[in-house]
Amino acid sequence: MSDHIVRAFDADLRTLRGMIAEMGGLAEKMMTESTRALAARDIELARRVIAMDPKLDALQHEIEEKAVLTIARRQPMAVDLRDIVSAIRIASDLERIGDLAKNVAKRVVAIAGQFHPQKIVTGVEHMSDLVMGQLRDVLDAYAARDDDRAMDVWNRDGQIDALYTALFRELLTYMMEDPRNITFCTHLLFAAKNVERIGDHTTNIAETVHYLVTGHTLTAERPKNDTSSFTTLDEATGA
Amino acid sequence: MTDDRETSHNQGPTTVNRMADLNMPLTSAAGLFTANAPKVTARDVTVHYGDKQALFGVSIDIPEKSVTAFIGPSGCGKSTFLRCINRMNDTIPICRVAGEILIDGADIYDRRLDPVLLRARVGMVFQKPNPFPKTIYENVAYGPRIHGTTASRQELDGVVETSLRKAGLWDEVKDRLDQPGTGLSGGQQQRLCIARAIAVGPEVILMDEPCSALDPIATARIEELIFELAANFTIVIVTHSMQQAARVSQQTAFFHLGHLVEYGATEQIFTAPSDKRTQDYITGRFG
Repeated sequence: MSDHIVRAFDADLRTLRGMIAEMGGLAEKMMTESTRALAARDIELARRVIAMDPKLDALQHEIEEKAVLTIARRQPMAVDLRDIVSAIRIASDLERIGDLAKNVAKRVVAIAGQFHPQKIVTGVEHMSDLVMGQLRDVLDAYAARDDDRAMDVWNRDGQIDALYTALFRELLTYMMEDPRNITFCTHLLFAAKNVERIGDHTTNIAETVHYLVTGHTLTAERPKNDTSSFTTLDEATGA
Repeated sequence: MTDDRETSHNQGPTTVNRMADLNMPLTSAAGLFTANAPKVTARDVTVHYGDKQALFGVSIDIPEKSVTAFIGPSGCGKSTFLRCINRMNDTIPICRVAGEILIDGADIYDRRLDPVLLRARVGMVFQKPNPFPKTIYENVAYGPRIHGTTASRQELDGVVETSLRKAGLWDEVKDRLDQPGTGLSGGQQQRLCIARAIAVGPEVILMDEPCSALDPIATARIEELIFELAANFTIVIVTHSMQQAARVSQQTAFFHLGHLVEYGATEQIFTAPSDKRTQDYITGRFG
């Protein structure tokens, strides 16, 4: 990837890639810790996650500035141009991922001290783990410029959507079982939705990696299994 | 983006068939790209300077009324090939050209063809502006006069004005047509040379690095002019500036070591070239 005649250009691109790696690391951390905070109802940890968000936003701005400056100074072509455009896109997806993780953390603060059977949280935790794996894989795929790996992530997004639909039904059932669960389950439902959205941004990044490596935009329809928008109460409870 | 391009260039299914019939060797990653009907067709063109081979089997279709850019490192053969299109290489005794170049389907290397007449159909603009040491008027009038294409002084005046207008120079020189062309600025001189080329009513205009001696403003004027001229002429431009090729052309051909490496729609060449050599060259990685 390096070996430009103008070596300062290589340094510019390396810097951008480094900044994306830093953002990726931070977004991953926010994601992991917000899930941990949710599982353990750890308000302190949740507050720490919320406090990380400004740093992620600042990094995104830095990346955008650096990218614009590099375009202006180097007039990049072909793979270099795609490299810089990808950095801008991925930075914005990572920034959104951070926001969503922050939202999960906010829910943790909101549900503090409420009655909650542990089994209800397990489903969201499981889904978070899956999305975290996706995020890790897609960031590795970006770092390694590995299209196959990015496509694996892209193809797996359907699983997350399916899991979200299942979780949606499960939470509905808990709410019907015991009305005391309603507040908690509602917050959990939003948390799950946030996690599912993180999965979508992960898929966006996979598409960007595909574009970066091949020069082609993915035109195929992304695998979707989220049918929660069509789920009714009768269906959910099997009535 | 793709859709826009197709509507503006699509000439209906016949174009595609004709191109397919010619076994068009386009190496575009997207396969055949939609373009105007070919104006210049080259098949297996080989050029030797004495013992040294400068071009190796170049085959290309250059669509009419559009801008085609040739890029590549110095000595890659792009100028050599450009000069084949109006038989400028005939003037070099040790130069041998083999293969076939057709304009509108007619062989330009046909022995019965007068190269002087060919060069009226295929005009050329060079790197350094080279106006004749004559007045501005005479620079433009020279071609029509020697080709005898105008019947009266009045008609000649008309051709001079139209040509200068098309070259975007008329307003700047209309009050000093009797002054020497060499007294103009570099950018104006280059536009004068373009006016001179247009005056004989060519179909194809070849430009060999037309902006490399000009400042950015004069360059922008020429590029704007190239864009306007493409509505009526087939333009082939050799340029060392990748950005210029990206800005002005619809098709780009990359030459390397005498070979045509890749030819395709400009947007594809500059965003996703399919050959590694093209990629390395346009991104500045050539060792």
